[in-house]
Amino acid sequence: MTPIALSNWDLALAALLILINGALSILLSLGLERQLFIATLRMIVQLILVGLVLTTLFSLVSPGWTALAAFAMVAFAGREVAARQERRLTGGWSYGLGTACVLFAAGLVTVFALATQVGPDPWYHPRYAIPLLGMVLGNTMTGVSLGLHTLTSNLTRERAAVEARLMLGANRREALLPVTRAALKAAMMPIINSMAATGLVALPGMMTGQILAGADPSEAVKYQILVMFLIAGGTAIGATGVVLAGGRRLTDSRHRLRLDRLHPLRSV
Amino acid sequence: MLAIKGLSRPNLLEASLELADGECLAIRGASGSGKSLLLRAIADLDPSDGEVALDGFSRESIPAPDWRRQVCYLPAEAGWWAEDLGAHFADWDRAVRFFRRLGLADVEKAWPVTRLSTGERQRLALSRALAIGPRVLLLDEPTSGLDRKSVAAVEELIADVRKDGTSVIWVTHDPAQADRVASRWLYIENGRLRDALPYQEPDDTASLDAPASESRLKLDRGAGL
Repeated sequence: MTPIALSNWDLALAALLILINGALSILLSLGLERQLFIATLRMIVQLILVGLVLTTLFSLVSPGWTALAAFAMVAFAGREVAARQERRLTGGWSYGLGTACVLFAAGLVTVFALATQVGPDPWYHPRYAIPLLGMVLGNTMTGVSLGLHTLTSNLTRERAAVEARLMLGANRREALLPVTRAALKAAMMPIINSMAATGLVALPGMMTGQILAGADPSEAVKYQILVMFLIAGGTAIGATGVVLAGGRRLTDSRHRLRLDRLHPLRSV
Repeated sequence: MLAIKGLSRPNLLEASLELADGECLAIRGASGSGKSLLLRAIADLDPSDGEVALDGFSRESIPAPDWRRQVCYLPAEAGWWAEDLGAHFADWDRAVRFFRRLGLADVEKAWPVTRLSTGERQRLALSRALAIGPRVLLLDEPTSGLDRKSVAAVEELIADVRKDGTSVIWVTHDPAQADRVASRWLYIENGRLRDALPYQEPDDTASLDAPASESRLKLDRGAGL
């Protein structure tokens, strides 16, 4: 079965639905018209560009260009991690730490999948590498930013409790342990919840896409299961990295809590 | 002996003092004058410059956790990291001895910390610090929330602990208490330490924390911070 192609007229027809949002905003004076307009425009332009980039990448099948695209995705993910923090680490650490963890975790997991389970030829074939990386990256990014956010906000809130342990002779690992646990838990919850609910509440986007494109549903399901495992692994690696490294950065070799290495509170 | 030389950090200037075994030194000063900053710096809880040594061993030569077990800081409002009381004491039986002295004989391990009043928590935090057996105790307003009877119990207990050689730096707002517990007094203003005389009934009740001498006061204000 070949997928049913959509014409521009089909999309124009669907775009009418956006007008409902606009009408609602005007009738109820929600003041969302401008935002809605910009968001819609961005969505269209960004997706068309991505389509062009992917088409080019797929025709080139070049390791250099594929790697460049992958790094650009990681850079955006790192920026997103930093942007979601209420209290950022000072200096280059906010962006650097998030990006490094996302890069390591998502990169490792994606290469693992490409080199073994999926096995395209060549292994870095962008048709497989880029979408897989995208899915792993998006979820790893959420885990990393949740983990870091929970770490910094809990350390700030629980400062007296953490320092109480330090005052009584605990080392920094012991003193931070409850906060480290909470941060890792917060990072892992979304993927655990989504694994538990998947297929019942919503059909995952990737699987739906494959089915719409004419794939056999039971084959699509296998891919989805693979992706879920990749996401779970990537999230665990990325979150562990960011929480442990963040905890080390916010303490020092004299086992002191160094909240001066966090920027003051700001609204997200 | 605890020896401190030129201890500095933001808002604290070149503090120097020596504390013999079993000695109690009282430090007075207004709120925000740097009393807690000084104690935190001695316990190495915040980065600071200068030399701090215990019995001739500089604190840099001792792992920080060991240093803090020897030179233990008790903040005015101590932190509690678990829900039940028992989790906060490595050696409950050892701590019970101090509970008894402080009128807390009936507390139980399984009690939630939130069940306890501020004053009870304050005395439990003191017991918790004493139970690790520090050589130097840095007490930050240890009786601020206590009634008269508990204040007396705390002062008596600390006096006994000193007999075993534990030294104490006792930060207090209360000049009469400083007089009772200590054999030496310092005054801190704008992060600067200086000698203070034993407390005498003030002529002017507005200046309870009167500095040692007028000339020193002028000098310090002139220097600014």
